[in-house]
Amino acid sequence: MSNAVPLLEVEELHTYYGESHVLQGMSFSIDRGEVVTLTGRNGAGKTTTLKSLMGIVAKRQGSIRFNGRELIRKRSNHIARLGLGYCPEERGIFSSLTVLENLTLPPIVQPPGVSLAKLYEIFPHLHARLGSQGTKLSGGEQQLLAIARILRTGARTLLLDEPTEGLAPVIVQQIGALIGRLKEEGYTVLMVEQNLAFAATVADRHYIVERGVVVDSVRQEDIALQMGRLQKYLGV
Amino acid sequence: MLTIFGIPSAVLFGQLLVGLINGAFYAVLSLGLALIFGLLNIVNFAHGALYMLGAFVAWILLHFFGIGYWGAIFLAPAIAAIFGMALERLILSRLYSLDPLYGLLATFGLALLIEGVFRQFFGVSGQPYPAPLQLTGGMDLGFMYLPLYRAWVVAISLVVCLAAWLLIDRTKLGAYLRAATENAELVQAFGVNVPALITLTYGLGVALAAFAGVVAAPVYSVNPLMGSNLIIVVFAVVVIGGMGSILGSVITGFALGVVEGLTKVFYPQASTTVIFVIMVVVLMVKPHGLFGRGQ
Amino acid sequence: MEKNKLSSYFLIGLAGVVVLIGPAVLSPYFLMKLYCFMLFACAFNLLLGYSGLLSFGHAAYFGMASYTTGHVMKNWGLTPELGILVGVMCAALMGMVFGWIAIRRHGIYFSMITLALAQMVYFFCLQAPFTHGEEGIQAVPRGRLLGLIDLSATMPMYYFVAAVTGISLWLIWRIVHSPFGRVLESIKENEPRAISLGYRTNRYKLLAFVLSATLAGVAGSLKVLSIQLASLTDVYWHASGEVVLMSLLGGMNTVFGPALGAAILVSMQTYLAQTGSWITIIQGAIFLACVLMFRKGIIGEIIAISKRISAAK
Repeated sequence: MSNAVPLLEVEELHTYYGESHVLQGMSFSIDRGEVVTLTGRNGAGKTTTLKSLMGIVAKRQGSIRFNGRELIRKRSNHIARLGLGYCPEERGIFSSLTVLENLTLPPIVQPPGVSLAKLYEIFPHLHARLGSQGTKLSGGEQQLLAIARILRTGARTLLLDEPTEGLAPVIVQQIGALIGRLKEEGYTVLMVEQNLAFAATVADRHYIVERGVVVDSVRQEDIALQMGRLQKYLGV
Repeated sequence: MLTIFGIPSAVLFGQLLVGLINGAFYAVLSLGLALIFGLLNIVNFAHGALYMLGAFVAWILLHFFGIGYWGAIFLAPAIAAIFGMALERLILSRLYSLDPLYGLLATFGLALLIEGVFRQFFGVSGQPYPAPLQLTGGMDLGFMYLPLYRAWVVAISLVVCLAAWLLIDRTKLGAYLRAATENAELVQAFGVNVPALITLTYGLGVALAAFAGVVAAPVYSVNPLMGSNLIIVVFAVVVIGGMGSILGSVITGFALGVVEGLTKVFYPQASTTVIFVIMVVVLMVKPHGLFGRGQ
Repeated sequence: MEKNKLSSYFLIGLAGVVVLIGPAVLSPYFLMKLYCFMLFACAFNLLLGYSGLLSFGHAAYFGMASYTTGHVMKNWGLTPELGILVGVMCAALMGMVFGWIAIRRHGIYFSMITLALAQMVYFFCLQAPFTHGEEGIQAVPRGRLLGLIDLSATMPMYYFVAAVTGISLWLIWRIVHSPFGRVLESIKENEPRAISLGYRTNRYKLLAFVLSATLAGVAGSLKVLSIQLASLTDVYWHASGEVVLMSLLGGMNTVFGPALGAAILVSMQTYLAQTGSWITIIQGAIFLACVLMFRKGIIGEIIAISKRISAAK
């Protein structure tokens, strides 16, 4: 399954928000083509991890290697251009842009990217709403739009923050099917997901994050055996 | 002669025209201010000084390089934009992580600096700047006399405002701008060079101010204090229209210019303060301005 | 606590020495003007440094008090303490009305409102007959204090100004170091938290605004009696900007930092008056330098350095 060198290697990542020491030595790695989740309680540092990978948080120390390149000193627009696509927790659909403008806003980072025709095939309901104001879409539609727009850029490594949060089961299923399809096409996905049931349907591995460090990891094959332990971590 | 409400039509329409002209300047200047405030979150106190700078660059181009109005109307904003972008890179960009207060104070300091330098070299009296030959003279419309240059001022300002609006609402660059105004961090995480976008936006705002200065030069003459009182009124216009609302600034600018002009006809003593009174009333009733979005 | 008391006595002693020896070294006329602006700046800073409110139109209170006191002294023949009272009441009233209007908004909008309101005052003063427009009110008589002491002589007037300024500065000190002052600081730091703790923050902010405007009025009234002139520069927005610079330069997180900033700026203005517009250029440059590098201001930086030294020990 694994190649010689992991696609993404995080080593001793420390992140600070002002005085607050949020990530205290995060270390983990992801191979190309894997779907991996970061799970754990609220405030554990999962979202901060994604933000640190994307370079959105300024104060970082340690090492983040993507495709062999060191990202720790790079700005977020450089990191995006290396082929990383980011989907924030709040989805980030712009209210002053139409659906089409939202969809085409992120520039192509790995030419030729995914064509609009192909995207309309995968997300037919978006095609019908292109002229609408971005935020007029429902929560689920906005989530799909957020994923669609980073797919368009040609990014093959996706960072998704809570993609199913607050969404109806029908949409959650759609997103699960989408991620499954992306995995088949060779995409790599790192996902923050507190919904263990959903994570179990799509992921290869799960990392448990607690107080700014990875405390455990579970392979999907072992998840049934480890469910008790996992639920303890999540405080369920 | 025709009289309306007891005022001779020539006086009424003459004052209306003056109001439209002032309104044109209010619109173009508040457009630039709103643009800068929307993305940079800075109240650009230097806007009046940059307007004055535009007028002076036009004057210098004419008197030292023999470049007339039609050249100046493109060159002066370009030169001012370069200057403005340098200011943004060297000074303003260091302040984004601080309280917005400091941005206001920095641009205030810049305004003093720029105004002081020009006052030192040119004194306080105005230098005349002639309107271009193609726009001298005027037409008799029957109910009033319409100077050609003044009609031009209103027309070109409308064109520029429309062009700016099209740029922001209909182009890719405008989409980047609107998105970055909402969430600059995310736009940068998509791969867009947001710091460069910010610099460009400040340059654009400055260019608009300088453009207004060139257009104003034949009307008000060129003097170092020309931006000083104007800037406070423009602030009021932006607040009334709604900070960050491009369309709001343009409409409010023209409307308030006309209101000011009419006030001068019917109640002259209040003409200097009517815009501020309106501002206070609007802020009590509609805190985010007439066209502003809640923040 | 002992160290603080010691440095307080030292400062008071130093101030006393300056007041007594000053007129021998510098013109008492210049010193009176200095004291007025020192008070103006410290009064202003009650809002900026201690309440977190940037009032960009404080010249309105200073200037109107100046005009009002000047007018009643010249035309009604009042004694100076009554003349000052009238001017101060005018400033207080304006503070109440303008403050009530401005405090409805926060942040930058608050500042813009104060600026616009002050500009209205400027235009009013430009047009109102009693201000005599560009000429201003000149040759304002100083009158007899309490009907007894003739203030038209320089030295009695000087001591009077020094005394009133001293008392007012002491008042500012007391306000800052009172429970009221501490609530203001907590509002400045985190207003939502103060509200959640049950404080009616708007009332505190309004009271701070009125106090600040009133004391600025005291400064304005003193000024018109000192230099016997009230003019449009007192209400122009440049004057509002200057008092901000004084606070920034001296140190807006200290009580008396603004006084130092005022001393520096007024001295510069007086001694560079003949150099044309250089004073404006220098002011602009100082503004930029302070905003970019010395945000704590002079006194603030001194305090920071001394803290570093004592921490290193």
